[in-house]
Amino acid sequence: MAALLELGGVDANYGQLQVLHGVSLSVGEGEVVAVLGGNGAGKTTTLRAVSGMVSTSGDVRFAGERITRASPERVARLGVAHVPEGRGIFSELSVFENLQLGAYLRRDGFGEDYERVRGYFPWLETRRDQQAGTLSGGEQQMLALARALMAGPRLLLLDEPSLGLAPIVVRGLFEIVVELNEKEGLAVLVVEQNAKLALRSSSRAYVLEVGRVALEGPSAELAENESVRKAYLGY
Amino acid sequence: MVQFAQQVVSGLASGSIYAALALAIVIIYRSTGVVNFAQGEMATFTTFIAWTLVDHGVGYWPAFALTLLIAFAGGVALERIVVRPVEGGPVLTIVILTIGLFIMLGGLSNWIWKAEVRSFPPNRPFPTSTWDIGGVAISKQDVGILGVTLGLVLLLYLLFQHTKIGLALRASALNPAASRLVGIRVGWMLALGWGLAAAIGAIAGMFTAAASPPLDPNMMRPVLIYAFAAAVVGGLTSPVGAVLGGLTIGVSLNLIATYDSHLHLDLDRMRLPIALGAILIVLLVRPAGLFGRAAVRRV
Repeated sequence: MAALLELGGVDANYGQLQVLHGVSLSVGEGEVVAVLGGNGAGKTTTLRAVSGMVSTSGDVRFAGERITRASPERVARLGVAHVPEGRGIFSELSVFENLQLGAYLRRDGFGEDYERVRGYFPWLETRRDQQAGTLSGGEQQMLALARALMAGPRLLLLDEPSLGLAPIVVRGLFEIVVELNEKEGLAVLVVEQNAKLALRSSSRAYVLEVGRVALEGPSAELAENESVRKAYLGY
Repeated sequence: MVQFAQQVVSGLASGSIYAALALAIVIIYRSTGVVNFAQGEMATFTTFIAWTLVDHGVGYWPAFALTLLIAFAGGVALERIVVRPVEGGPVLTIVILTIGLFIMLGGLSNWIWKAEVRSFPPNRPFPTSTWDIGGVAISKQDVGILGVTLGLVLLLYLLFQHTKIGLALRASALNPAASRLVGIRVGWMLALGWGLAAAIGAIAGMFTAAASPPLDPNMMRPVLIYAFAAAVVGGLTSPVGAVLGGLTIGVSLNLIATYDSHLHLDLDRMRLPIALGAILIVLLVRPAGLFGRAAVRRV
């Protein structure tokens, strides 16, 4: 598999505080990759380094193009959709306006995309004029995902989709992500605290510890790994 | 009753001027979170540009349209050059910056055009005659000002609510980080907002000069206070609120002045304190304004 996203020796810092120390990882075309790690390990920052939301050095490449220090607008234009921590929906706008914004960079095909996204989230149509901030937490997370899909991305960055949601909602969400990957070949880089679910949904995974890649490998193998089990799976 | 109707119409006309300036304040407040204190001086400055154009032989309405374009470009440039460096900085920095702009533009107007009294426009843009509707004499100028201002406000509304760029403008103001992630160039949207605010402020300036001549470098100072009051009454984030607030304040001030002639309280001198009182009361009693809505959120 050709690497769609490739990070080589990436450092990232917020002002004086360096958060990533030489992180290298890759996501192939049509691959689901998980990033695990405790609080402050640099998971969110890894995604932010890809989409240009943090000061970064090293080598970040998307589809062969160097995007280190590219602006978020440009990274989005190249086909990366980032669902940030806290969902990043426009809570004051309607559900439909959120979807329109997702398709902001698209010139045409809005109708088809809307049909396709509704296939995954049928409830969107009945709530299209509702203010997004009044949706339940799970619905907001799904709207954030739907909005990202409206961009027709090649790579989806998902930051802690399970945060604050009921387990059944989280499972539903991951089922949709897996389905998107299997049906449409969408590549996904997902950061997740829920290691069990993340490992089950991905083909490969990385474990971050204090800004460095501590372990990497096929998800099934990592799930059997002694230290991963103790630290992240709790058995 | 006749006098009442006449005063309401003329109050609506001056109210629409306050509404326009209040709208300009709201547009910038929504995107930067600060009140632009320089909004009135920007309007004065552009009105002097219109005067200069007319002085050089351009017709009133062509000069009006040209001034809107110049104001728009000026607003965009101001944001890119002056405001951009402090973007995302502490609110206080931006507030001080707009106060600086207020002083600088006021000084420039005085310096370039001197503080002499001018009549602008030399010929009234609207006929000075009146229509007689059921015994009520309605000034054509009042109706003209009200019509043109509200027409442009309506255009602005359509731009914000029914176009893609309008949606991007609103999104950038609400959530800049998420907007950038969907590919919106937020920096340019902020500049566009300043451009639109400057243009709509220019309308307020030119009509202030027409409605209450003469044109002088300090003419927008009281208007700015009324516009602040209108924006605050409307809730600072609500364009609809700003327009209704402006019209309400215009009509109220006019009625106060009219009926005071019977009461002999000399309330006409109290126009500014009354407007400031309205700001104070709204901020104390209902800080979200009459139309501003605290965003509903669920986590």
